[in-house]
Amino acid sequence: MLIRKPNDIPSSEITPKKDYEEFQRSRRIGRRSFLAGAATLGAGALAAERMGLFSPTQEVHAATRLQTVPGKFTTTGETLTPYNKVTTYNNFYEFGTDKSDPARNAHTLITRPWTVSIEGLVKQPKTLDIDSLLKLRPIEERVYRHRCVEAWSMVIPWDGYPLSELINACDPLPSAKYVQFLSFLNNKEMPELPGGYDWPYSEGLRMDEAMNPLTLLTFGLYGEELPNQDGAPIRIVIPWKYGFKSGKSIVKIRFVAKQPRTLWNEIAPNEYGFYSNVNPAVDHPRWSQAHERRIGPGFLPKIIPTQPFNGYGDQVASMYNGMNLKKYF
Amino acid sequence: MSKRWIIALKVLLHALCLAPIAHLAWRFFYAQDTFGADPTNYITHFTGNWALSMLMYCLAITPVRRLSTRLGWLIRFRRMLGLYAFFYATLHLITYIWLFSGFNVASMIDDIQKRWFIMVGLFGWLVLLLLALTSPTWALRKMGGRRWQLLHRSIYLAAMAGVIHYWLLVKAGVRSPMPFTLVLGGLLLARIAWSLWNGRKKRAKLRSAAVSTQTA
Repeated sequence: MLIRKPNDIPSSEITPKKDYEEFQRSRRIGRRSFLAGAATLGAGALAAERMGLFSPTQEVHAATRLQTVPGKFTTTGETLTPYNKVTTYNNFYEFGTDKSDPARNAHTLITRPWTVSIEGLVKQPKTLDIDSLLKLRPIEERVYRHRCVEAWSMVIPWDGYPLSELINACDPLPSAKYVQFLSFLNNKEMPELPGGYDWPYSEGLRMDEAMNPLTLLTFGLYGEELPNQDGAPIRIVIPWKYGFKSGKSIVKIRFVAKQPRTLWNEIAPNEYGFYSNVNPAVDHPRWSQAHERRIGPGFLPKIIPTQPFNGYGDQVASMYNGMNLKKYF
Repeated sequence: MSKRWIIALKVLLHALCLAPIAHLAWRFFYAQDTFGADPTNYITHFTGNWALSMLMYCLAITPVRRLSTRLGWLIRFRRMLGLYAFFYATLHLITYIWLFSGFNVASMIDDIQKRWFIMVGLFGWLVLLLLALTSPTWALRKMGGRRWQLLHRSIYLAAMAGVIHYWLLVKAGVRSPMPFTLVLGGLLLARIAWSLWNGRKKRAKLRSAAVSTQTA
């Protein structure tokens, strides 16, 4: 047998999967008796892992590479935002309100096992396991512009498939007019959870928006499973809307008849509308949305003009025909 | 406190006040990744935070000095701290003009007309500018102590503008401006408490003086 250096061995390979999951589950409910039950090899590997004997980056690379196919609707001709910037500059308030907090704190999030429950106005409510969701359709790589409401932006190669594929597999009733996305919430795994917000994070889309081929059910970025701080293990990406519309770490998808509650809209309805389409003509009450700071490989971000619908007008503008976008911002 | 000690302490204080910007410059040359993905945002917060911190240190001098008559020498560092507050506030303004607006005059005018946090911040900086310009001793002599003191009390306005500016720009629910708010509130309370107490002491003195003249 070929003997490899420990940091060449992905933990998923040396730890029997069942033991590993058992360990994760025991951590989730706070039991500490996993050592007793686990096989010696598994426990040893886990102990080594917890002591940091395996280099974390190598472990991540080895264990979480995704099989992807080139996607439709990929943005071309724009410089990608480097991986380290996409994964260290995040608004994920459950792990702290500073943009450097999630990269530091989100390691406490346990993403296996993970299920997403499909609820509300559907023929048959059900609970889907993350691994079956990953296998439902081929994972496409799609490069999208990502525009934050705070006037910075990135270009990110996401990995996922259209949300419409999942919705079609869920058989929503004709009475379902909106889709609500609820994010994971757990005080133990989110010790930095700030007060003053009505957790869990909730976002939503009109049914036609959710069915738009651009709306991506996302599992990875740069060909790898999502890092926790970017919304692992499953998130939504809606490239023509401000970033906060794209809920992270989704655990519930609910089909509803009325416009669902959304967290930022509840907190400041005059600043964050339900639609929140990227629109340079509608200022945020406290700053202009006409320009954005594009975060790229250089030291300083470039100031560039913001495009209506973040440049995706051809695919999405028709959904808002006849709507006053200044009123429904 | 001897003159030699004052000079030594001033040198030390200069070094301390310049340390943040020196640190920033060092990181720019040797550790750029520590600025995060959006250095514009980072530098804006960095300079803004230090401007407010320097203001708070400056405002703390007087209340601390009043704790004991032996702390009178502290007053000799107050102007310096005020000028460093102005220094960091100016760097903050330059960051806005250069990195944030990219020298785009139209967008800056738009900001000033429409956005409260820009207006309030600019107001605070203008107050600091006025105080910096009238900080030399000859300006004090020219203006006369009373008028100069009246003008320089507006440093409280600048500090309040700074804190309000901070609250106006953070998202709902974010409490990062809270420490500055509490410190400024404490400093203002100390100031008010002192003048009330002092006023009563003065009145009591006057009264006893009046009583003694009557009995005499």
